[in-house]
This record gives sequence, C-alpha cells and structure tokens, in this order.
Amino acid sequence: MHLAGRRRRAGRRHGGAMSNLLDLLIAGLATGAIYALVAIGFTLLWQTSQTINFAQGEFVMLPAFLMLGAMHAGAPFWLAVLIGAILSLILLGLGFKLLLVDPMLRHGVLPLAIATMALSLGIKEAVKQFFSAEASPFPSIVPAGDVEILGRAVSLQSLGVFVVAIVAVIGLNALLTRTSFGHQMQAAAQNPTVARIIGVPVERMILLAFLINALIVVLAALLITPIYLAKFSSGETLGLAAFIAAIVGGFNSVRGAIAGGLLIGIVDNLAAAYVSTQYRAAVPLILLIAIILFRPQGLLGRREERTV
Amino acid sequence: MTRTGRLLGLAVGALVLAALIVVPMGFNRYGLYILSQWAVMSIAAMGLNLTLGYAGQVSLAQGAFVGIGAYTAAIMTTHGLPLIVALAVAIALCLAIGWLLGYPALRVQHHYLAFVTLAFSTLAFLVFRNEEWLTKGIYGISAIPRPVIFGFATSRPLPFYYVCLSSLALVSLAMWWLIRSPWGRAFMALRENPIRALSLGIDTRRYTLIAFALGSALGGVAGTLYAPLTQFVDPTPFTLSLSLDLLLMVIVGGAGFFFGPFLGAMIAVLLPEWLRITEGYYLMLYAVAVILLLIYSPTGILGILDRVLAARRTKAASARRQAAQATL
Amino acid sequence: MSRVLEVDGLKKHFGGIAAVDGVSFHVEEGEILGLIGPNGCGKSTLFNCILGQLTPNSGEVKVDGRVVTGLRPCELNRLGVSRTFQLLQVFPKLSVRENLILAGQEHRGTMVSRLCGKPDAGLGEAAEEMLRFFRLGDLAGEAAGGLSYGQQKLLDAAMAFMGGPRLVLLDEPAGGVNLTMLADLKERLTAINREKRATFVVIEHNMEFVMSLCARVLVMAEGKVLAEGRPDEIRANPAVIEAYLGH
Repeated sequence: MHLAGRRRRAGRRHGGAMSNLLDLLIAGLATGAIYALVAIGFTLLWQTSQTINFAQGEFVMLPAFLMLGAMHAGAPFWLAVLIGAILSLILLGLGFKLLLVDPMLRHGVLPLAIATMALSLGIKEAVKQFFSAEASPFPSIVPAGDVEILGRAVSLQSLGVFVVAIVAVIGLNALLTRTSFGHQMQAAAQNPTVARIIGVPVERMILLAFLINALIVVLAALLITPIYLAKFSSGETLGLAAFIAAIVGGFNSVRGAIAGGLLIGIVDNLAAAYVSTQYRAAVPLILLIAIILFRPQGLLGRREERTV
Repeated sequence: MTRTGRLLGLAVGALVLAALIVVPMGFNRYGLYILSQWAVMSIAAMGLNLTLGYAGQVSLAQGAFVGIGAYTAAIMTTHGLPLIVALAVAIALCLAIGWLLGYPALRVQHHYLAFVTLAFSTLAFLVFRNEEWLTKGIYGISAIPRPVIFGFATSRPLPFYYVCLSSLALVSLAMWWLIRSPWGRAFMALRENPIRALSLGIDTRRYTLIAFALGSALGGVAGTLYAPLTQFVDPTPFTLSLSLDLLLMVIVGGAGFFFGPFLGAMIAVLLPEWLRITEGYYLMLYAVAVILLLIYSPTGILGILDRVLAARRTKAASARRQAAQATL
Repeated sequence: MSRVLEVDGLKKHFGGIAAVDGVSFHVEEGEILGLIGPNGCGKSTLFNCILGQLTPNSGEVKVDGRVVTGLRPCELNRLGVSRTFQLLQVFPKLSVRENLILAGQEHRGTMVSRLCGKPDAGLGEAAEEMLRFFRLGDLAGEAAGGLSYGQQKLLDAAMAFMGGPRLVLLDEPAGGVNLTMLADLKERLTAINREKRATFVVIEHNMEFVMSLCARVLVMAEGKVLAEGRPDEIRANPAVIEAYLGH
C-alpha cells in the first residue's frame, strides 16, 4: 500500500530501524482508523437489522466515483463532494434499505447476505462500465507535504487521515453508546419488540442506521481514495479488511470494530514491510482464521449464548 | 408424486440425456467447448448446492477448490501421471482442506463460514500466483494432456465432451444416492429446522461439516476436469469472482433443488453468449436480475416452479380431505 | 425403582434476572411428572437447561445417574432423552413416514451405515408400528405440513418416541388441541407410558390435563420450586393458589 511506501522513504532519510517501525505504526493507524470507520458501519447494519452487507467495500468505492462524475460534469470539488454525499445518502442509505434490505429481510438473513453479494457485483460492474476500468486519481481533502513531529518527518496526509478518521470514530462511538439516541438505537437493535413497547421508534432507528452507514462510507471514500486512487475493484480489499476488522474485534460491538480496524491496519502495514510483498495480504487473513479458531467472539466481543 | 408424474419425469430425463449425447455430434468446436464447460461448472455448482442448498451454509471458496483441483490435475498430468490419480488426490486434498476450514468456523454462529471461505479464497489465489516452483505462477501451466479412457484418446472436442458428460452423470448419480440416504435426510433436517434436528439426535455440526467437505471435494472434481478442458491453467480464473459466480449459479437455479445447479450453470455459461449484444453491461444486468429474482423467490427459478406445484398439491389435498369428511 | 432424571440446584440467569433460581427434583422410572406454574415462572427455561438448549450457570443434571449438564441436545437425545415442542416442529415438506424415519435414524447404526445402507435406515417396520400406535396409519404418505393441527401434535409425539427414549419431556402437549384429540392424546401417552415404561415430564397450563395424567406434580413460581406432591394435594395447597391468583 502506497502509504507505507512513502513512509519508508521518509524514514530512511532519517535512518534507523526503530524510526522505520514508528513510521509503519503511524501509517498503520491511519489506514486502521479508516478500516475502523468502515467496520463500524458494517457492525451497525448487522446489529440493527441483521444485515450482513457484503457490498460494504463497494459502498466505499462508489461515492468517490459519484464525486468524480460530478467533477467531470464541471462541478468544483466542494460541490462534487456535496453532490456525491447526497446521492450516496439516497442510493446507499435510503435506496439500499427500502429497495433491497426490506424486501429481502422477510426471506431471512442468508438470502439478504447473498443479495448484497449480487449487489457488490452489480455496483462493481456498473462503475467499470459507466466510468472506467482504469484507476483515476482523486483530490485529497488534506494538503500534501510533511510536518515535523518529535524530529521526524510525518506525512501530513497520514496525519490528517488519521485525525479525521479517529475523530469520526470517537464521535460515532460516543453517539452510539453515550447519547440517548444511541441507547435507543441499541435497544432497537437488541430487542425490537420490547423497544417498541417502551416507545422507541424502531423503524426510524433502523433507517437512521442505514443513513449513518451511508455517511460513514462517504467519509471513508474521501479519506482513502486519494491514497489508493479510484478503481472499480478497490471495494474488494477494503470490504475484506472491514469484515476481518469487525470479526477480529468482536462482531457484536462498536468498540470491537474500532479495535479490530486499528489492529488490522497496523498488522497490514507491518506485514507490508516485514513479510514478502507477495504474501503480505495473507497476514490479516491468517489473523482472521486464528481468531475464529481460538477466540470466536473476537477480542472485545462477549461470549454468545450457545443455541446449537 | 403420482405414478404418472414419476414416469413422465423419467421419460423426460431419458430424453434429455439422449439429446445431450446425440445433438452435440453436430456441434462445432466452440459449441462443444461451451457444453463441456457447462458440464464441469454443473459439477462444481452441485457441490456448492450441497453446502448451501442442503446444509444452509454459504461458502465463498468453491472457486478456490476448483482451482486446487485444476492445479492438481495440471501438475500431475504434465508430469505423466494419469488423470484418475490426480482426481483421487484432488478429492482427498479438498476434503481435508474443507474439513480444516469448516471445523472451527462451524463451531460458532454468525455465518462465519462465509468469511472464513472468503479469506481462504484470497489466500488460495495468492498461493497459486506466488508459488512459481509449483504452479509456474502467472505464466501458468500449459499443454495439459487430455486423458486416455479405456484405451480411447479423448484429445478431440467430442470425445472429451463425453468424458465431461459421463463425469457429470456419475456425480449426479452419487448425489442422488446421497440425498436419498439418511445423510441426505439429515442435511435437509438441519437446513429446515436445526433445533428440531438436534432434539432428534442429529449432530448438526458434524453433518454441516460433512456437507461442506463433500461440497468442496466436488469443487475439486470439477477442477480436475477443468484443466484438461482448457488445457492451460493459470491463477486468473480462480478468484473470488468464480466463487461468486458459482454461488449465483446455485441461487438462480434454485438452492436445495436437485436440478438447480444444472439450470444455474446453463444460465451462467450461456449468459455471455446471449447478452453479447449488451456488451459489457451484461454482468450488471445479471446482478440486477439476480436481486430481483431473489426478492421474488429466494429459492430461485426452480423455487418458483415448486411453489406453483405445491399450491396445486395443497388444493388437491384439502379437496380430498373435504371429500373424505363428506362421506363420514 | 431407579431415578431417571435428577436435577440438583439448577440456576440460570439472564443478565441480572434469575429465570431458574436453584431448582432440585427427581423423577423415578415410569413416572409421569407434571410441571406447572404461572407464566414466567421458569418452566421453559428449566426444560431448556435440562435439554442442553441452554447452559445453566450452576447446578447439575443427571440422567440415569450420569452427569449430563451442558451436553448438546443431540448428545442428550442419544442418551435417551427426547422432547416435544410447544410450537409445532414437524418437517412440513417431508411425508409423515419420512418424519418418523428421520426421528429414529440417528439411533441406529453408524455414520457409515447411514450413508451406504438402506435409504430408510432399516426403520420401515418401526415407523409402521408407530403410525399404527398413534393412529396416523392412513396419513403415512401425506406431507406433514398438510396435516391438521391435532394430527401434527400426534406426529410430534410419535417422533419423540421413535428413538426409544428413556425420558421424554413434553412441552405443553395439550396446547391448542380440541377436546376429542386431547382425550386421544392423553390415552396414547398413558398407553406408551405403561407399555414402554417411558418416563415423562410434562409442562402444561391445562390443569385438567395435567391433574388427570400425572401421578406427581411440581409447582414452580419465580424460578423456584413452590410445592410438590399428588394432584389433589397441590390443588388444595394455599401457596399454590396464591401464586396463581396473585398474578
């Protein structure tokens, strides 16, 4: 991943294996924070409506292309971002829930999961056809360049991405666990029947969860696309990272998604440096298999009541 | 099913089989290739149908198992070993890997098998691409020979098509036997009502694992035929996309129905041909069509058929009941 | 007479609420024990803990002297414990006969024989006998989903007995069944108890049904055992009356 590459070059300027490690950790935290963001959205959808969204990676990829499309039509960046965000809210929030999830949910969790797999294929192909099969550059919301921290050059982009993502993550966590709104959403998620009885607007909460996820993926798109460029296939790796983060952290908790995301980001970047480039993608996968083997509830998850 | 119904079904089946043997004699090389591909994909889809349609588990690694079978066959046959030996090795390998993957994943809930197989799919691709000493990496293994069956060479398209067709027939027979056996009944029970199945002594965990391992082994079988069919094996086809395609084949045809995979494979193989006019859009249209189909009938096309027939059956049954009561 | 089932100090709580709060009792071979109590008293949770559906937080369950706490339901079933369900749990797409064969197949032979042997696992005879006993003979080939509610209840019971169990836990067998069917059901259960010396534990709300079927009755309230004794003793027990009226 290009982030690590840039980091290593900067590190070598100042020399030392230790500084190398630090660079990798910082870069890892930056990508990890984005993974955490996407994983939170994924977990949120699962918790509130039993939706396993296999298209989550494509959900992050699409807003970038919507914005690029607006820019090609002549809109300035800020307007394109706005247009892209609104379109994403409508398509990936409202549209996704009303047109796909609601009709499919009555058939069960598994058919819905499979429908999202078909959706991921559809979005990927649509982008490939309507935009391009090639990678396109994407403007960054954070300026380029380096800043000096504790005598080391740290890429402003890494730092900016990390800060924005972490703020969003902390904000989301606070929203979902400390506000009354969050408590209502948790209640709607854990026990909709009881929640309805005590007056929680369950249907509205579920819809809001979808809208929040749409906003999450828009933000993730803005943060990650400048780094990895906009490509129709970028949803695959990102989606996989989000799933692994959610499971490793603990499928049922937002804090788990955060911890999992950061861990995967760090592990991934360390692997890029210390493991052969060919197999670096294997490390998070092996971590996933290990977690499922030894601690299936995830690092921060609760042991589930056994029903079989 | 009534006697006439069953006889009719057998007659249709015999007719279809005869057609599959005779009609392709007039096909050109390309037509035979497509039909052989359909046969091979049907085998892989049948395996996935066992995992998904009968045991109710999502596997996103079927494409990887096809790849394992393909590489096993490619490596062994290019080193002079007969295809049948490669077949045995591929089956054993896929059974073992399936068991190893499934065992931890199925101890827990939350459809973890889907994610584990997703991860494995990516891992397998990496191994195919990177281990050049074994798989020749991105350069691929070429000049894969076609087998000699009972002294008959099968290098030409029509004889090899018959190899694929008879393999499909053998696998179908084995599947039919499996579904009718107590194992098949147990698979169906654990899909329909796992809690009830458990209370009857059915070890749902073990049967699910068996279904997944067997399904994966069938993927390996398909791969063993894929190698001599294309006569060139490289990593590119064995990505997550193949697993997804196979999954959609099972879904569209009808998960849990015996003939679902045949139908789904036919649609998937013929689709690019039919929709050539739409150029690159066909996959997108296919995805949309699958979603719409799922919304209307999660059990696919055969599911729609089944619903229609079941509605007629219950009407007949309640009519019979009413008639019986009227005579009391 | 041996003790088929022994429950000792069973506790199960969810979060802060104790659904089962230290329940102990035992059942002798051939007994029919009734388990009653107002809604929410913990009967179903107790059942689920005994049957392995839930893992108790503390306490012990013994079947024929062997500790079975925390075993999975399928393992318990193979030790001779079976159950019927409150909400119908037959397999609607299978025929009545197929349902019965399914219910018995794991109790015969091995995994290998189940793959390579006969499709009906050698249970054709046994299924016929069970069909005759529960008077479902002429429905053998019908899809189970097409049966009437009462008939499905009988099938559910028949399935529970296919494996030749030592102990059967019946969860509200009388629920939703009309009077004639009810009499039939009671008669069949009594017959099988007599003929096979099968031991029953019955959860029921239908007082008439419980009191006439069961030799001994256990009353639960708020997760604990409130009273235990013969039906007429229980009926006259003031604490029991209080527990029911108090709700």
